[in-house]
Amino acid sequence: MLRRTLLASAAVALTLGSAAVAQDDPLTAGFIYIGPPGDGGWTYEHDQARQKMEAHFEGKVKTVAQENVPESADAEGAITRMALSGADIIFTTSFGYMDPTIAVAEKFPDVKFEHATGYKRADNVSTYSARFYEGRAIQGHIAGKMTKTNKIGYIASVPIPEVVRGINSAYLHAKKVNPDVEFSIIWLYTWFDPAKEADAARALIENGADVVLQHTDSTAPQAAAQEAGNVITFGQASDMADYAPMPRVSSIIDNWAPYYIERVQAVMDGTWESKDTWDGISTGMVGIGEITDAVPEDVKAEALAMKEAIASGEYHPFTGPINKADGTAWLAEGEVASDGDLAGMLFYVEGINAEVPQ
Amino acid sequence: MDFGSINPALLVASIMISATPILLAAIGEMVVEKSGVLNLGVEGMMITGAVVGFAVGVSFTSPALGFVAAAAGGAALSLVFAVLTQVLLSNQVATGLGLTLAGLGLSSLIGKPYEGIKSPTLPKLDIPVLSDLPVLGRMLFSHDAMVYLSLLLVAGVWAFLKYTRAGLILRAVGESHGSAHALGYKVVRIRVAAILFGGACAGLGGAYLSLVRVPQWTEGMTAGAGWIALAIVVFASWRAGRVALGAYLFGGITVLQLNLQAAGASVPVALLSASPYLITIIVLVIISARGAHGAPASLGRSFHASS
Repeated sequence: MLRRTLLASAAVALTLGSAAVAQDDPLTAGFIYIGPPGDGGWTYEHDQARQKMEAHFEGKVKTVAQENVPESADAEGAITRMALSGADIIFTTSFGYMDPTIAVAEKFPDVKFEHATGYKRADNVSTYSARFYEGRAIQGHIAGKMTKTNKIGYIASVPIPEVVRGINSAYLHAKKVNPDVEFSIIWLYTWFDPAKEADAARALIENGADVVLQHTDSTAPQAAAQEAGNVITFGQASDMADYAPMPRVSSIIDNWAPYYIERVQAVMDGTWESKDTWDGISTGMVGIGEITDAVPEDVKAEALAMKEAIASGEYHPFTGPINKADGTAWLAEGEVASDGDLAGMLFYVEGINAEVPQ
Repeated sequence: MDFGSINPALLVASIMISATPILLAAIGEMVVEKSGVLNLGVEGMMITGAVVGFAVGVSFTSPALGFVAAAAGGAALSLVFAVLTQVLLSNQVATGLGLTLAGLGLSSLIGKPYEGIKSPTLPKLDIPVLSDLPVLGRMLFSHDAMVYLSLLLVAGVWAFLKYTRAGLILRAVGESHGSAHALGYKVVRIRVAAILFGGACAGLGGAYLSLVRVPQWTEGMTAGAGWIALAIVVFASWRAGRVALGAYLFGGITVLQLNLQAAGASVPVALLSASPYLITIIVLVIISARGAHGAPASLGRSFHASS
């Protein structure tokens, strides 16, 4: 018993001691991933950004990453272990880590936490996300112009505002250029399950969709579309250029590296403070992958013009008049959606014949 | 809602593709369990098969060779389990779980260079005459060879266990290893053979995912299919025909719910999504209530000739 207490206090002393001399040690940045870095999508981009950040600091920053952490009670354990192992800043990169991140942050006031795509903050918890809906507006435009069957399939992951916002943005811009367009939405309740994603893409295609949009992390839908022939897809989170020029005709790319570099630098400088970051095309946090020649020249030009307009702030993808699916008015003519409205969006816009799963 | 847009022929064809990986893994595991061994490492063996099959299939641009390699890879991994549990008498449950973890880790290591590569896939066999039949042709007779092979395998396993002497011995070993040993049968050897067969089948199932159903290599791509295969063996009360039924039911509900969603059915989506699991639970409850489990009596028990 006594021996154990001695050991424990020695351990505490060691930890405190090492914290005190931490200035000379490399800073440790931890990453919690929802999938494997080899998913070719969401986690892949976070991992690329982690490597770029590590390279940028040339040995002054050490990174640790844990893959395949479920969005459950396990997440809290994983984040706690990372904090205990001496990480100075921890990036938790999926929406479902929100509550676990807050809970662990309370126990480790000296560790900085950065939660991707959440809305709960604390003194030592920042949130960051990208305005993917800006990219989805461009995809929606291309999709609406290119569909011949007027049926667009959408593979949705988990019913949270982020995903619903993407569906609405794509739908509004497809509808704008093609009033006959219809959306079929399949919810998978997972971010990453290649077999299920492939099955979902096949189900959509068999039901007549000739454009498949996805909000899941693997490239399996691209493979299914390729097999089917005349179906186009878009890269999600990552360029997925292996499938260009067909079926993948463009993509939304997450570019987290500048943000990671900035935040880790802030920790080094001692200027880190809790804040909410939500950047889009204008800062490059959201990138649009090359629009391939499979897209007609004029459609490509329109898409690029929209990208410019969004980047300069001249155009907002959610500009009224827009009604909700139940017919109630949401945005008046010319009115632009507030960030608060967008952040909590759990309704479809008028024209989508479905209900958001609760 | 427009159910008219669901094409039954395409739906059945999708179900057959969706069910094949779990069918292959489950039929192998059933043989393993029939011999009295519980191998919970199916997921690990499947993903090993998926990566080995993919790597070989891509390197030699031959999916057929990929399947052969996948079977060998799955069997090789299961050999580790066989040595640990049959020779060194380790706990089967713990070793099986360990095998899953080892398989997942090993596969991501092997798979690193193969990410983002497209694989050659199996051609759809167009069976003369049959595949030209209206509706049925598209539904049943225009698949790749592995779909038919998996069904032949089920029939073969059924016939083997029911009609052959070797099948009878395998079942005897699973029911009472002591008696089988007393009669002079080599319990350990028979079990090792069954484990290798199970590993090979799981490997084939994994390769079907990476070479046909998805088809590409992605880390963690089995996403729990091995666990479903394990559940299906119980669901089937250790009978070959019911294993096929269970796999098609599970695959069927998965694909059907995706199709219903695509067609815009106004059924709660969460319920649709959970339906394969709910139905599995309901059937398990019904089977248990009837009292006829059909589990081999020595399942999960270690055997040593001295005891």
